[in-house]
Amino acid sequence: MRTTWTLTKMRMRLAMRNRAFLFFSLLMPLAFLFLYSSLFAKGEPRVVGFLFPSVLALTVMGSFWGLSIQLVLFREHGILRRFRLTPVGPAALLASSILSNYILTLPTVALEFMLVRAVYDVTTFGNLWGGWLFITLGIVTFAAFGLIVASLTNTMQETQVLNNAIWFLFLFFSGATLPLVFFPEWLQRLSMFLPATHLVVGLQFTLIGAVPVRSLGPEVVALVGGAGLAFALSWKLFRWEPGEKISRSAKVWAAAVIIPFLLLGVWENALDARRTELQEIYKSLGERTRSLPDQR
Amino acid sequence: MNEPVIRVEQLRKRYGSVEALRGVSFQVHEGEVFGLLGPNGAGKTTTVEILEGMRTADAGQAQVCGLDPRRGGAAFQRQIGAVLQHTALPDKLRVGEAVELFANLYGRRRKLDALLERLGLADKQRAFYDELSGGQRQRLALALALVHEPRVLFLDEPTAGLDPQVRREIYEIIEELRREGKTILLTTHYIEEAERLCDRVAIMDYGKLIALGTPAELRQRSANTTRIAVRLAQPIEDGRLRQLEGVVDCRPISDGYLLHSQRPPQTIVALVKQLEALGNELQSLEISAPTLEDVFIELTGRSLRD
Repeated sequence: MRTTWTLTKMRMRLAMRNRAFLFFSLLMPLAFLFLYSSLFAKGEPRVVGFLFPSVLALTVMGSFWGLSIQLVLFREHGILRRFRLTPVGPAALLASSILSNYILTLPTVALEFMLVRAVYDVTTFGNLWGGWLFITLGIVTFAAFGLIVASLTNTMQETQVLNNAIWFLFLFFSGATLPLVFFPEWLQRLSMFLPATHLVVGLQFTLIGAVPVRSLGPEVVALVGGAGLAFALSWKLFRWEPGEKISRSAKVWAAAVIIPFLLLGVWENALDARRTELQEIYKSLGERTRSLPDQR
Repeated sequence: MNEPVIRVEQLRKRYGSVEALRGVSFQVHEGEVFGLLGPNGAGKTTTVEILEGMRTADAGQAQVCGLDPRRGGAAFQRQIGAVLQHTALPDKLRVGEAVELFANLYGRRRKLDALLERLGLADKQRAFYDELSGGQRQRLALALALVHEPRVLFLDEPTAGLDPQVRREIYEIIEELRREGKTILLTTHYIEEAERLCDRVAIMDYGKLIALGTPAELRQRSANTTRIAVRLAQPIEDGRLRQLEGVVDCRPISDGYLLHSQRPPQTIVALVKQLEALGNELQSLEISAPTLEDVFIELTGRSLRD
């Protein structure tokens, strides 16, 4: 534990000195916030409140990107092999990646909450505790995905390609950019297989619908399971040396990460509850927004 | 005699079709500075990395401080310190932070200022890793290897790529460690490094130890030959020089020829006569005692830098 904390402090220091980190972890999420709130929601508090969980999801999901790049860089530059000689195991190195990322993402999230409140007059956040739980799960799970990306790729180029592919999927098909209700039904059904969708749904249900966490059991289990599997596998597939290439069997192992999401996708599609609930939340928002001007 | 600190027996290692190690055996005793000398690709780094626990041998045995490097573990890692080849630290880590970080990882709280002072890094504590020169990086690597006061130090090509001035600075640090009685295994392809720093040297070539002894003992092997470096007005077929009396080896060097002779006076007389007959002229002639380089040439028929 002490080793993990020592490494976490180092990672946080390095991140704070990294301009790319500040750009992707602070400026970009804030840009999303203003884009969504001012442009899409036109500053309408209820619509801002509706889109806010998507902004949070984007803020949180980005963690896999930076983490995978950092780890691959550390490996390629021979930094990892230097640590190999010290009493530091892969688990401590990987855990410090996630922990430092968590600690550094929270201030951005807090700032976003303050901004939507101060600038856009969003005053109610539903089930805040539940929201925090999903933010935590999101950061940890998506950071663990970053570790899997790092253990699956041999070069920075490969890492970037894989990151782009994953980001594209998460960005456009999870409801984080365009609300799921606008998708055709088959796409909505497919999106139920994406980890990002569960994060978006979890955040929307808790923060907009004030739904208690116990009603979101499947989402919690899938995210926790995904994080656990991703961490365990990136530990198993950990490589210290730049010259060490990933084996074919390792790729098959890594594919296991998608199991909880496949199961949840099947479950959600069979029940078909979430889609209906999402429609309802959106509909109620529409009614409330239309009635807003009358109340003033 | 005490149990050796490092014991290597019949190590073998193969990378695909390349046999990197073909049965290497040696022992290093407490307080000894032991050098592995050889050209690139001789198997020096593979040997050291097996001893550090970073690679596993295909066959043979390795022991460091009575422990098996393959098993590794914190107990083993606390015994060894190492300067690796092909390694780095994060660009934006400061020197002072790096030393503190490593000390923490080993659970040590020794006076780090003294260590930095000793390695000439005291005024660089606030410098980022990417601001350091090659020599400073190497001194930092030494500091990190020493931070937990290990019993054995592995230095893999500690001065490779550094300019001569910086190299001498590193030598002084290693000499100081030697005076303190630290057990050191170092690899090098610089003859002067092995001669100056090592108590014993093993010469490696193509994955085998081809000679082992103190630098003086090894030079003794070539004691009956003398180096004669000559510069001539015109080039000459080196076959002719090889046939001179007493000459056992002859090879062209940058500005002339290097002869190894077992009877220098006769060789010189014969050389002068030969040159007279050819109408060539002797511009300079230098006689010296054999070095480890000559031992290497004698053993392998090649120069270390080939």
